[in-house]
Amino acid sequence: MQLTLKVWRQKNNKAEGKFEFHKIQAEEHMSFLEMLDVLNEKIVSEKKEPVAFEHDCREGICGSCSMVINGRPHGPQAGTTTCQLHMRAYKSGDTITIEPFRATSFPVIKDLVVDRSSFDNIIQAGGYISVNTGQAVDGNAIPVNRDDASDAFDSAACIGCGACVAACPNGSAMLFTSAKINHLEKLPQGKIEHNTRVKNMIKQMDKEGFGKCSNVGACGVECPKEIPMDNIAAMNRSYLTSVFTKE
Amino acid sequence: MRWITEFLTSSIGKKLVMSLTGLFLISFLIVHLLGNLQLLISDNGKSFNIYAHFMSTNPLIKVISIGLYAGILLHAIQGILIALQNKKAKGSKYAVNTNANGSWISKNMALLGTFILFFLCVHMGDFWYKVKFTDTLEMITYPGVDYQVKDVFKRVAVAFENIWIVIIYLVGLVALGLHLIHGFQSAFTSLGLQHKKYTPIINIIGILFSVGISLAYAVIPLIMYFSKLSNY
Repeated sequence: MQLTLKVWRQKNNKAEGKFEFHKIQAEEHMSFLEMLDVLNEKIVSEKKEPVAFEHDCREGICGSCSMVINGRPHGPQAGTTTCQLHMRAYKSGDTITIEPFRATSFPVIKDLVVDRSSFDNIIQAGGYISVNTGQAVDGNAIPVNRDDASDAFDSAACIGCGACVAACPNGSAMLFTSAKINHLEKLPQGKIEHNTRVKNMIKQMDKEGFGKCSNVGACGVECPKEIPMDNIAAMNRSYLTSVFTKE
Repeated sequence: MRWITEFLTSSIGKKLVMSLTGLFLISFLIVHLLGNLQLLISDNGKSFNIYAHFMSTNPLIKVISIGLYAGILLHAIQGILIALQNKKAKGSKYAVNTNANGSWISKNMALLGTFILFFLCVHMGDFWYKVKFTDTLEMITYPGVDYQVKDVFKRVAVAFENIWIVIIYLVGLVALGLHLIHGFQSAFTSLGLQHKKYTPIINIIGILFSVGISLAYAVIPLIMYFSKLSNY
């Protein structure tokens, strides 16, 4: 299949970016990232700078591949990452626009690669449980309600890719932060530090300069792990309770 | 007391303020509509004028109205500030924009809100300002009522004889309806009131309310305009 790619090129964070056009020959069975590999081979053979894009596992669990394809993070397919998107979703003659995730808290490092350290900072502010060192505890020693375990796992499915921020017209990180908070809150080990965790993670989220949620819902639609927006409502609830309970 | 400022200036605190002021303004819409429907009673404005007199002189209503002005200002100013902060947080825009992941309405609440604010200025300048701060309205006495009241009804009737004013009101009400379609249910989500059992009910009530209240308000200028036409 013959494709025209309109790819965002940006030398570094300071440089002004622009779109570059490339015509390439791709196969239907290629993944989107393999198609970009083909593009880069072509560019390298012309002795030019290849397009920088982030990738790692290429099986939808690491959350590295971050790009916005025709205006949608991870492309048009529901519940998949860019690496799980295949070229059969397109037809010969298509023009595909590829841009980096856009948000002030995700500055572009180069081309399609953005710096998502702001997510790490939110996690460091409270996305953990404190455990004293010692022998490993028996996994089944603490009983967990089956439904709670399922709910916790639904939120824990977040791979921290940042598609929620990229999709949000407000550049808000509330789906990410709320998924992390709810994942831990549902489990007995996480409940203990819940109130301080909620306050600290939200404080850090605001400090990183993310926008404020206006319940558009684009985050939940674009999330490759289909994490629902209910998480945000639950976080709002947790925050209100945490503010009005003891420190 | 630092916790209060910290709470109210946090992203969720700001959402909470938007949500509570929004719901308060929604409750006002209902009261305002019920009062104004008296414009349609064919008694030459008697019941409406007596109601308007009561609303502008009763001390309790005066106190509540201060709360209302504060609510409008808070909702509008906070809303505009949040929109500006969000714009900054988003930074640059995408080359391709799609509404596949969210409705146009939900993405343009600030635009709709600003439009409603402009409409509100026109609306209040036309009636509220003239009733409260000018002597342009005639005084009128009704049999069986031992005090004089301002003829607000006449002011409204004269305004709604003008087709352009009627059109401005209809456009303003469309913006209000659209703003409410997202705002109503969004207010509950911001308060953390979301559950798969009752959220669908809130959403349905929200849409019915938004469409219903806009239509009910629209009926007033339309009936007054066309009944005037048929009188000639």
